[in-house]
Amino acid sequence: MTARIGVVTFPGSLDDRDTQRAIRVAGAEPVALWHKDKDLKQVDAVVLPGGFSYGDYLRAGAISRFSPVMESVIEQARAGLPVLGICNGFQILTEAHLLPGGMLGNDHLHFICRDQKLRVENADTAWTSDYEQGQEIHIPLKNMDGRYVADRYTLDKLEAEGLVAFRYLAHGEADDGYGNPNGSLNDIAGITNEAGNVVGLMPHPEHAVEPLIGTGRTDGLPFFTSILKKLVNA
Amino acid sequence: MSRTPLDTVEHATATPDVELPWAELGLKKDEYERVVEILGRRPTGAELAMYSVMWSEHCSYKSSKVHLRQFGEKAPENDALLVGIGENAGVVDVGQGYAVTFKVESHNHPSYVEPYQGAATGVGGIVRDIIAMGARPVAVVDPLRFGAADHPDTKRVLPGVVAGIGGYGNCLGLPNIGGEVVFDPCYQGNPLVNAGCIGVMRHEDIHLAKASGAGNKVILYGARTGGDGIGGASILASETFDDAKPSKRPAVQVGDPFQEKLLIECTLEAFREKLVVGIQDLGAAGLSCATSELASNGSGGMRVTLDDVPLRDSTLSPEEILMSESQERMCAVVEPEKVDRFLEICEKWDVIATVIGEVTDGDRLEIFWHGGKIVDVDPRTVAHEGPTYERPYARPEWQDALQADDAGKLPRPQTADELRDQVLKLVASPNQASKKWITSQYDHFVQGNTVLAQPEDSGMIRIDEETGLGVALATDGNGRYTKLDPYTGAQLALAEAYRNVATTGAKPLAVSDCLNFGSPEDPAVMWQFAEAVRGLADGCRRLGTPVTGGNVSLYNQTGEAAIHPTPVVAVLGVIDDVARRTPVAFQEEGQLLYLLGDTREEFGGSAWSQVVHDHLGGLPPKVDLERERLLAEILIAASRDGMIDSAHDLSDGGLIQAVVESALLGGKGARLVVPDGLDAFTFLFSESAGRAVVAVPRSEEVRFNDMCGARGLPATRIGVVDGDAVELQGEFALPLAQLRTAHDETIPALLA
Repeated sequence: MTARIGVVTFPGSLDDRDTQRAIRVAGAEPVALWHKDKDLKQVDAVVLPGGFSYGDYLRAGAISRFSPVMESVIEQARAGLPVLGICNGFQILTEAHLLPGGMLGNDHLHFICRDQKLRVENADTAWTSDYEQGQEIHIPLKNMDGRYVADRYTLDKLEAEGLVAFRYLAHGEADDGYGNPNGSLNDIAGITNEAGNVVGLMPHPEHAVEPLIGTGRTDGLPFFTSILKKLVNA
Repeated sequence: MSRTPLDTVEHATATPDVELPWAELGLKKDEYERVVEILGRRPTGAELAMYSVMWSEHCSYKSSKVHLRQFGEKAPENDALLVGIGENAGVVDVGQGYAVTFKVESHNHPSYVEPYQGAATGVGGIVRDIIAMGARPVAVVDPLRFGAADHPDTKRVLPGVVAGIGGYGNCLGLPNIGGEVVFDPCYQGNPLVNAGCIGVMRHEDIHLAKASGAGNKVILYGARTGGDGIGGASILASETFDDAKPSKRPAVQVGDPFQEKLLIECTLEAFREKLVVGIQDLGAAGLSCATSELASNGSGGMRVTLDDVPLRDSTLSPEEILMSESQERMCAVVEPEKVDRFLEICEKWDVIATVIGEVTDGDRLEIFWHGGKIVDVDPRTVAHEGPTYERPYARPEWQDALQADDAGKLPRPQTADELRDQVLKLVASPNQASKKWITSQYDHFVQGNTVLAQPEDSGMIRIDEETGLGVALATDGNGRYTKLDPYTGAQLALAEAYRNVATTGAKPLAVSDCLNFGSPEDPAVMWQFAEAVRGLADGCRRLGTPVTGGNVSLYNQTGEAAIHPTPVVAVLGVIDDVARRTPVAFQEEGQLLYLLGDTREEFGGSAWSQVVHDHLGGLPPKVDLERERLLAEILIAASRDGMIDSAHDLSDGGLIQAVVESALLGGKGARLVVPDGLDAFTFLFSESAGRAVVAVPRSEEVRFNDMCGARGLPATRIGVVDGDAVELQGEFALPLAQLRTAHDETIPALLA
């Protein structure tokens, strides 16, 4: 058997088809979900893909968070449904308060697209179990509003409880100048909730699943194999 | 507030002596008289608006079309061409049932006035052209030209243009895979912002801008119509009607990429359900253009009720509505029984859609406003029968002196140290330096099919996941070469783009162009234009790659000073399996470097002459299109059969520029030896055309040499991939770290 993983399309979603492909490449079955439809079609997990839903009007993710599909996603995520938010999807998850903190504009004020080095800080979530703790991986990054911020209390809690899932390498650590790309606090690239079923990150694992395409690396594939194994073995 | 009566056809007939502001709208006296002759009466205000905008240089190609005809007349026999010049974009058969459409357009003037919106709406416009052919857009490219890199205004224009391209293209989900950035003082005040787009469809999905079938409905969908980009129509409105309204509006349109993204998805869904008979995007000249072109390309006429157009500003006059260039709008012709389903799809995507008229069985385009008929014209006279000018042209008197000022006479480096310093200076110069600061502001990963993106020789996109079928696109243009010799310069641009496609392993198929020139009213500029078009048309015939469409941008001129003539040529290629593509980066130490082609002492217009001597003179490199063809065949065969692991075309900056780029991208150095018969300087800096440098695995050396020998292509072993420096034996060694600093830091230092 395989797992059915839903991918939500919001108006302005861009990486929905790429995410469906990544799910397919990992061996799972992608299921298209529509933002106006509350029905999650009984999927085993959901990915909120990247893009500029609602044109980033108001604030990235702020409008999508109120779409009918998100009512179901929020409810079921709280009940344990695995949910991954990539880039705009991460922004939507923070707007929906499924994950703490939020994203501001990059400190250099430019859109940035590059192959980004990350360290896996928590390999125990539903979406990261196929990585090694501390593993360094390259995942494409592309965003305008990618600077993770949270209040001191939240940051302390994230750090104390191991909820930082991915970290950019700090500026002295990255030999090639590919460290923290945007001024994210604590070099945070992605986080998880306490239960480990909801994960969000700014870089795009779905763009690193085929050896020939994009950066030519497949470092993003374990996101999708992690969840597949978890669901199939469950 | 008083209103003069509505200027209907009836009113115009009854008041033949009313003076209309035709001159302010840009019409010449004889052009206005021609309009009166066509109509047999004075035009109404609305008709005048339509004729003036459709007969503008931008829409009618009135100065250029006598020359552009050569692209058709000299077109090579080519089975791959499915749709040629004249439609929104050309369409090429790339095999396996797929068709590809591509085009390059300019948005030069708006981008100088308002860099962000000018560049953003340039992307939006070209993307709508591609959708209008029935294709899903899959990638964009942006060939750009700016004034001197260190000029203060460049710091205003360039960051805005780059942010605009990124802001719009990134938000549409289109990977940006290629283009160029060139600096030259000649573009100060006249930056060139060209934008290209590739779209993919199945053969059976090709759509055309055509309104056929009486009774079919004309549906306007997308954004509401506002007062932006109206330009001259405001004059007409304020003179004809009252002046108590917000008439001062921005001449540059404002883009909303989110609306365009919805427009793409909604249009493609309507195509999939076969709901569309004909389609046209609204770009320059807005509704005037869309209605007159749809009607004139179809079999019948068209009746439009302008009151039904959804407006952003209810005070707009009918003339303004007809001329508005509000972005993100399209016009579809739909059979009556399919209208409901079409509107449903629009609603699904939250896109406003309105039936504004229908196709009639007459041959007139009739437009109504408040019950009165304000336009009654033969649409062909608006869309296709604009004026044609045989502008005088003459070879400028300074051309001889320019060509006599031979770059071969410039002082050359005398010592190894000088040679080394000039290499460093070259790779750090703004034109040769890394453009990563710019291209990293563009998304090149989205859609998950990008095989190659800048700084590769051409961008490459996979179009079939099962078979690996892909397309490649390269754009090139060298204003310096073209200034020295427009005929040769245009062919060099073509040759370079053709070579760049072949270097990545793809077979060149077809050409689009964006011809950027100064004022056509200057005979010297007109001569440059005529020569460049003749060169390009002859070159395309020789290479077997037809021109499928393109764009002309004239008046890139401030006062007497025109830009360098800058034809930008885009070549589209196809590759059966993208797994066979050849990248620029050195892959493995120990591989052998071969220089393909002949190297001559050619420095006219070269990067070296510009960087070291600030010189432009002499003749550009010679073009040998037969040689280009042979080189391309060898590169494609070597890629297909796994004989080379990296390849880079040689163009501006010569061999050393290419080797440094391959080394930096691969993180591997090279040891070079000057081949017999050449001096070190010529070896490094000459810009002879028809050349590439390739890295051959040792196991493939014999086979590769045999192939080149048998086909008669000179292949010279010039060194090996090795170490962490670029070394010219017996002369100098430059560590990669030092080269990287020189190459990477120039642009951020100037512009960040």
